[in-house]
Amino acid sequence: MSCECERNKPLMERRSFLNKIVFGVGGIIGTVLSLPLIMAMLDPVLRDRGEKWRQVADLSEFKPGETKMVKFKNASPYNWGKKIADTAAYLRQEPDGGFIAFSVNCAHLGCPVRWEQRSELFLCPCHGGVYYKDGSRAAGPPPRGLYTYPVRVQGNHIEIQTSSLPITDINA
Amino acid sequence: MKKKLIKIWHWVDDRGGLSELFKPLTTHLVPPGAKWNYVWGSATLFCLIVQVLTGIALAFLYQPSADVAYQSLQYIENQALWGSFIRGLHNWGASGMVFLMGMHMIRVYINAAYKYPREMSWITGVILMGVTIVMAFTGQLLRWDNNGVWSAVVAAEQLGRIPLVGSSLAYFLLGGTTVGGETLNRFFAMHVFLFPAILFSIVGFHLYLVFRNGISEPPKAGRPVDPKTYRKWYKDMLQQKGVPFFPNAIWRDAVFSLFVLVVLVCLAIFVGAPELTSAPDLTNVDADPKPDWYFTWIFALFALMPRQIESYVIFFGPLIGIIVLFSVPFLSNKGERSPLRRPWAMGGILFIIVSICGLWYIGIKAPWSPHFNAKPLSEYSTVPKPSEEVKKGISLFNTMGCIYCHKIGDQGGIRGPELTDVQNRLTHDQMIIRIANGAENMPAYGGSLKKEEMEAIVSFLLQNKKQNSIE
Repeated sequence: MSCECERNKPLMERRSFLNKIVFGVGGIIGTVLSLPLIMAMLDPVLRDRGEKWRQVADLSEFKPGETKMVKFKNASPYNWGKKIADTAAYLRQEPDGGFIAFSVNCAHLGCPVRWEQRSELFLCPCHGGVYYKDGSRAAGPPPRGLYTYPVRVQGNHIEIQTSSLPITDINA
Repeated sequence: MKKKLIKIWHWVDDRGGLSELFKPLTTHLVPPGAKWNYVWGSATLFCLIVQVLTGIALAFLYQPSADVAYQSLQYIENQALWGSFIRGLHNWGASGMVFLMGMHMIRVYINAAYKYPREMSWITGVILMGVTIVMAFTGQLLRWDNNGVWSAVVAAEQLGRIPLVGSSLAYFLLGGTTVGGETLNRFFAMHVFLFPAILFSIVGFHLYLVFRNGISEPPKAGRPVDPKTYRKWYKDMLQQKGVPFFPNAIWRDAVFSLFVLVVLVCLAIFVGAPELTSAPDLTNVDADPKPDWYFTWIFALFALMPRQIESYVIFFGPLIGIIVLFSVPFLSNKGERSPLRRPWAMGGILFIIVSICGLWYIGIKAPWSPHFNAKPLSEYSTVPKPSEEVKKGISLFNTMGCIYCHKIGDQGGIRGPELTDVQNRLTHDQMIIRIANGAENMPAYGGSLKKEEMEAIVSFLLQNKKQNSIE
């Protein structure tokens, strides 16, 4: 019996070696083939877009205390994106003359808030979030006030800096 | 001729082994009691087949590009041969699949068919449910109209609540830090290639398990499952009383699938797919993104829960749900299967069904949403012979947006309390305090209303007859 095993030993060793080769080669092939998939999924996410200042309005269009919607192009959009690469913001001139730009996305779940001129409120259609004219939370489920964009005045023009879509995290 | 065909078939079968492959399936024995309550799973699978065929049909017509997808949807809906019907069938097929999957799951739970030796069937079933929900959601976004893009934003926000990696996942979902030209292609690739591939392989495994472990016999009170003896008992039972799956069991599946098809076709023709809203445009805030019906109860949950805990619920809720679902067969994989002997399990499922139906009902009414299109009150029909101040109050009630949330007579929203008879509940001063300071779900108007404007609104609210002077 034992001599039988002795005889088979090289054969068994060879088999376990081949096993390792099969799994090793399989692993390499699997990795190589999954890389294109992963790369294609990550490309749009990892692409460096930078942040760009976009001209959105002229100083003459605003009076102190006024809030208006402005539109601008996202940073480095794809050529084929066309209109979908546009973002809106609410630009407000404070009574002291300074500007503040609010994201149109409700801080609750991102729905588009509407500016109600007369009552000076931002209202969200989804779950009834409400914000005051200064962007602070007034009522409803939002955990915080509206997000803002950086704004600057260049000569006669008002510019907004493009930013990521604001995402409310669990700690807000 | 006939002889020749038979000869060809014999050659194909000899070299291809088709009979060998399918014979075990056709002679497979099933318990005799597997009757109409056993059709839910096959009907779900039937819906999947409907989805594959209508999905391929739509892929011939749809343009998966952020720029023109909306135009191609318009084309499918209004011009393409049978386009509207195909889109309707795909839409209702998805609804049918989600609904029948839910019924299948409830049936399996009530009969405890997940117990030994069918735990893996339950586990793969839960994964299939997850993948089906992902398919339903990604499909909803391919309806690339204004609500579609805003729904993508809402989905990203929900992912954002996951601790640490939330915002990365949100941007991964959108394919960048904003919605853009790449967003739709991601959803298209996921909906049409990635998740179907995953779905098919797990469906294959799920079906293989049905044949390997056999269809669970209808439970009987007082006949518990004992893992030590069950397999032998089941085998003996099949030997004695089993009936062949084909055709004794499958005829019911076929008939029920035909019924499902008739229902889906009727829905596709007479109801159709959801109407397309305006073109996708993130600068058009005139959107009201609402989920399709199977998510309406979650939408309601998000609106109703206390906001202090909401962020945690958005993350921990699904997590706990997934853990509980996966642990079902491990919590009890033996013992009684009859619902009559599992009162707690039945109470639990009843509670879940009632809660979800309740949330559904509220979700459809959506009382938390302001009614932006509420018909303004008219000073002529609202209060009989109003004074100048009351007229001003009525006008302010409209223009300040009070009417979006408060109902007077039969006009206005239902977010806040109805104010038709508020004069009987609150005094003048109490009204002033409430309007000036607001409440948890009402903004404070102290900053935006002048004193005399506030007085005007209150003198209107104090009127005894605030609706329809005509009656």
